Amino acid sequence: MIYFNNVSKLYKDSVALDDVTFTIGAGEFVAIVGHSGAGKTTLTKMILVDENPTDGTVFFESIDVHKLKNKDLTKLRQRIGVVFQDFKLLSNKTAYENIAFSMEALGKTDEEIKSDVPHVLDLVNLSDKLLHFPHQLSGGEKQRLAIARAIINQPELIIADEPTGNLDPVNTHEIVEILKKINDLGTTVILTTHDHGIVHSVGKRVITMENGKIIKDTKHSK
Amino acid sequence: MTELKRIIKAGFLNFTRNSSISVAAVLQVVNTLAVISVIILLQAVLYFSLDTIKDKVDVTIYFNVGAPEDKITLLKDSISKLPEVDQVTYTTSADALKIFRERHANDYPTIAALDEIGTNPLGGYLNIKAREISQYESIANFLKSENALSLGSDTIIEKVNYHQNKLVIDRLSTIIGGARKLGFLLTLYLVISSIFITFNTIRLAIFISKEEIGVMRLVGASKMYVRGPFMVEGLIYGIIATFITLVAFFPVTFWLGANMTDFLGIDLYEYYLSNFFQMFVILLFSGIVLGMISSFLAVRKYLNK
Repeated sequence: MIYFNNVSKLYKDSVALDDVTFTIGAGEFVAIVGHSGAGKTTLTKMILVDENPTDGTVFFESIDVHKLKNKDLTKLRQRIGVVFQDFKLLSNKTAYENIAFSMEALGKTDEEIKSDVPHVLDLVNLSDKLLHFPHQLSGGEKQRLAIARAIINQPELIIADEPTGNLDPVNTHEIVEILKKINDLGTTVILTTHDHGIVHSVGKRVITMENGKIIKDTKHSK
Repeated sequence: MTELKRIIKAGFLNFTRNSSISVAAVLQVVNTLAVISVIILLQAVLYFSLDTIKDKVDVTIYFNVGAPEDKITLLKDSISKLPEVDQVTYTTSADALKIFRERHANDYPTIAALDEIGTNPLGGYLNIKAREISQYESIANFLKSENALSLGSDTIIEKVNYHQNKLVIDRLSTIIGGARKLGFLLTLYLVISSIFITFNTIRLAIFISKEEIGVMRLVGASKMYVRGPFMVEGLIYGIIATFITLVAFFPVTFWLGANMTDFLGIDLYEYYLSNFFQMFVILLFSGIVLGMISSFLAVRKYLNK
């Protein structure tokens, strides 16, 4: 599904990705682990075309994502759900509206939005926070809302970039379980983290990065 | 259609939820529109004063007593044909006497002296108004030229008051030209600087949403879907600011009309009321264009991806 072909990314005075090549198949759960600055976030940004590679190509299925025109890029992003460490919720929209926004962006009807949003909020245990604004939610609730937003359009791929970085162990466990459940339902999941404990608890494929390079790729950590 | 409806709704929601920023942006647009309104009113005052002054400038040809009518008519016709001349009025010596008597009706000794003479001591005169102040000189030159002399006018003209007025006329035409140029430059400066300030206020308002614009794009929203609500907000800034400005200028012009009409020479309240529709259209158009284009440009910066 995802194919990185000798991808490098150089910033002015540092190397974020150094000749990275790997493949992720459809339906896989892949944890990318490494210290901060190892290149994990840059890697996910490449898939989302939030960054362009200095060298190499990134494919989503058969699409060279960095050659996409504006309109097609929007379509690609609509096939991917993203969860960020800092949640990146829309601060002046309520929990309900944050999720509705993602559906509106895809041109879903008002009826679909009315029926799906409460359902997905129920899935992440936020049914009673429908009309809360992000600043009225706790860290764990924000992240669950972000996950609800990421899965609402049934994407083929979920990218979770350090989703537990700002959370306590209880909330971390909860988020990881939700992501595993999403993966069980057939969605490909890419999870980046610096926390080896999480990686072990997941028990799936682990890609270890250091200084922009992949130093280990183990199929199963358990 | 649904998308448009959603964009408009989101714009309204953003406007009400970011109330303090909205208020700042609206007030800034009000400032710009107020500058535009003041300039429109100032132009009205300036043009009115200039027209009044211009109207007071003229050239008069005084004829000798008993100058033959046919020669005067001949001269009047040839002056009327000059392209610079707007209007020529002839006052006969009888009319001149009548006007003189009316003007000095209370001045008994003068009237008595006039009666004593028995005959009309006043000659007739031609009053010439040029289209532009700068053209009086060429009219005066014509009078001195061969063409006018060949009509035998040198024998009937007693004096032309142009040369006495020349200094005043020259000075006035310099002042009027300068006032126009200065007015134009001042207008340009004020309008441009207000537009820049407004643009930057709106840009700051959108800067706060910089990260969210990126997030919206990452969750798959099209550029138009991200930009739309901001432009709707800009539109709302423009509409509200127009109404505030229009309403605020009622008491302002009313006060100016009541207290400054003598000084300004024009009743600004009356002017405001009679030009209200034009003002409304100009301000609404400026407000909307300013709000929407500023938003459009400000969002564009963060919409690269």
